Amino acid sequence: MSRLLTPAMMRTLLPGLSLAALLAAIFYLQPRTMSYFGLNLLLNLAVPIALATIAQMFILCVNDLDLSLGAFISLTACITATWLNDAPLIGILALAACVAAYAALGALIHLRNLPSIVVTLGMSFVWTGIAVLVLPTPGGSAPGWIRTLMTLKPALVPFPIIAAVVIALTVHFGLMRSAAGVVLRGAGGNPKSVERAGWSMLRVKCTMFALAGFFGVLSGMALVGLTTSADANIALRYTLLSIAGGILGGGEFVGGRVSPIGAVIGAITLALAGSFLSFLRLNPDFQIGAQGVILILVLALRLLINSRGTRA
Amino acid sequence: MNTPLVDMGGVEKSFGAARALAGVDFQLMRGTCVGLVGHNGAGKSTLMNVLSGLIRPDAGSLRIDGEDFDRGYDPATAVGHGIRCVFQELSLCPNLTVAENLRISHPSIKGFGWRKTAGKVILESLDQIFPGHGINPDSEVGDLTIARRQMVEIARAFSIVDSQVDLVILDEPTSSLDQNAAAQLVTFIREFVSGSRSVVLISHLLGEILTASDTVVVMRDGVVVAVDDTTNFDRERLVRDMGDVLVDDSGFGTRINTKIVNSDPVVTGPRENGHQLILYPGEIIGFAGLSGHGQTNALVKIFEAAQGARRAISATEPAVFVAGDRQSDGIFPLWSITRNISVSSFARLMNRFSLDFDREDDEAAGWHKKLSIRTADMKNNILSLSGGNQQKALFARALGSDAKIVLMDDPMRGVDVGTKQEVYEILTEEAALGRALIWYTTETDELKHCDRVYVFREGHIVAELSGETLTEANILSSSFEAEDV
Repeated sequence: MSRLLTPAMMRTLLPGLSLAALLAAIFYLQPRTMSYFGLNLLLNLAVPIALATIAQMFILCVNDLDLSLGAFISLTACITATWLNDAPLIGILALAACVAAYAALGALIHLRNLPSIVVTLGMSFVWTGIAVLVLPTPGGSAPGWIRTLMTLKPALVPFPIIAAVVIALTVHFGLMRSAAGVVLRGAGGNPKSVERAGWSMLRVKCTMFALAGFFGVLSGMALVGLTTSADANIALRYTLLSIAGGILGGGEFVGGRVSPIGAVIGAITLALAGSFLSFLRLNPDFQIGAQGVILILVLALRLLINSRGTRA
Repeated sequence: MNTPLVDMGGVEKSFGAARALAGVDFQLMRGTCVGLVGHNGAGKSTLMNVLSGLIRPDAGSLRIDGEDFDRGYDPATAVGHGIRCVFQELSLCPNLTVAENLRISHPSIKGFGWRKTAGKVILESLDQIFPGHGINPDSEVGDLTIARRQMVEIARAFSIVDSQVDLVILDEPTSSLDQNAAAQLVTFIREFVSGSRSVVLISHLLGEILTASDTVVVMRDGVVVAVDDTTNFDRERLVRDMGDVLVDDSGFGTRINTKIVNSDPVVTGPRENGHQLILYPGEIIGFAGLSGHGQTNALVKIFEAAQGARRAISATEPAVFVAGDRQSDGIFPLWSITRNISVSSFARLMNRFSLDFDREDDEAAGWHKKLSIRTADMKNNILSLSGGNQQKALFARALGSDAKIVLMDDPMRGVDVGTKQEVYEILTEEAALGRALIWYTTETDELKHCDRVYVFREGHIVAELSGETLTEANILSSSFEAEDV
């Protein structure tokens, strides 16, 4: 059989193909999007979503699920729009504390053997509460340097595309190719075996949660850079978007099977799906449902490929 | 030179009420292979887990190379002192490649180009132990057959990067390997211990213990009951010392004409190469051949056919499946033993609105007695049982259902001799009651209990043996024919 069409290969290609199909449809419906300016506009909001998806992917990788990510990103966005802007040192310390809190959550979940869904669901209220305290009414303003970075207009290739590629490749090399990343992923595949080999599962979980927290912070900062202000509920829908993006990108809920490149592609696909449906002049009331249908279609396709693979 | 590499004294360990180790003394000299035998639940695996640092004993001493260890002995310390372990339950990460799995157990493989190094090391080790293995270090472990996974796991334990390897513990290493690979491993073990390195071999295949080891240690109920040179042992003494019933050695092909009179076949396969799979009620049919040659696949197809799917094989009665890969296909790890057994009979155990819990308990109690499942309480979690007893629960699950066809996928993997004898008897009884059984096994001995045996090679039936033609020699020759040419 030809090597290119193995089920494993198809699985890897599926997220990219879905994105290509969606892009083609958008270009067909609205040819003016096929320009530097158009792509910039289309993909702008995909950057924070991609970062959020990467954050979620780290959690998925160790067989956990983070239901507080949206609330957490809202909080970091609020901190970015207030403290980081007014008193950078305090802002940086506060964001670092957020990452540390995530690492501590990982430790708690591991040591007490708690279901991550319950812990993070509870934490989501804590994050939202702190966010409201930090920024009671919508407002604040983006630190100048973040604003500059997020509205960068490099020649030829729009910034969101460059950002997506950089994010995907950095995490790909860190998690998928590096020797340390192998241990982190192995911990999702067979934690017992990793522990038997002398690695500390506590450290693995802390690392993964800290990484998730770090990318959550980045997501919040990127979001503020685009919107220039924040509010305590700004990113709530990111929780589900990040999970959907991670799964769409070829990740799985258990077993440590994740793909950073796929996750970024999945996030972009989801971000574009909204635009696509607007171009179809679909009633906004149906848009969320239609996004769900797209998700189901892609996952159904993957199941089909998988079942073909096991039969062959 | 006469300090033992490992010297354990008076090691004790209890899990709740169960006493796994009741004061074990265990010595291991350099340059020897020690065969460790005993029932499931005799404490072999627990002892080896203590030695590899995974379990902290309640009492006792542990010396490695004369160095005393008391507290703080953990897996990392064990690995640091050159002790490696291949566990009974496969412990590779299925989501990683073969080379990446090597990195998990060898922290020193890192830095630029680590992937290449890891691939080279594991490939060298595989080539050395299992020549002609055909495994690509870049393939994901989850995509490999169970036999190949086991090869990778063994090769991983023997591979040397920069830390020394003094002792490799092999816990049922050949349970999923075919005879060819198992023989390769035994040859390699002899080579490996010819220097100053050592091996502990745990196996239920007594022939393997007798050929591979220098010393045999027999355990029973958490204590060592016999230690002697292998030359002083034979099969009978081993079995006697383990406290098992003697294996019934009556030959092959003694079960004939067991099919229920005037019955119609319940499974009919397509005719291929002049052989056709047919199964009548009352029969026990064996699937033989080297492991991974399509036997499991055939069982799955029959099962699917019984559920109504269109397959080349047809099955006219409902079927149940007894899985060989307990951990992944068999048990519900969060459930009690009782619930693990009753899950196949829910429909039958329903009263009007819910499960009839009293009847569920009654039936479980029946199986508890009938299969002598070793537990104080059937309400305990299934994982509190040893591997062999978990398998008994899986048999109870299958036999408790109404299904007429019972499909068994190498169910006796890592099960002790005594348990096997008990299960054989029950299978025979069940057949006599009109059930039809198909039994895939990697142990030739077990085919004695079959009416007919189909030998598989490369996914097809290549021989049908029964009565006088059903001999070990015939099974072997049909399994290996292709290699002889």
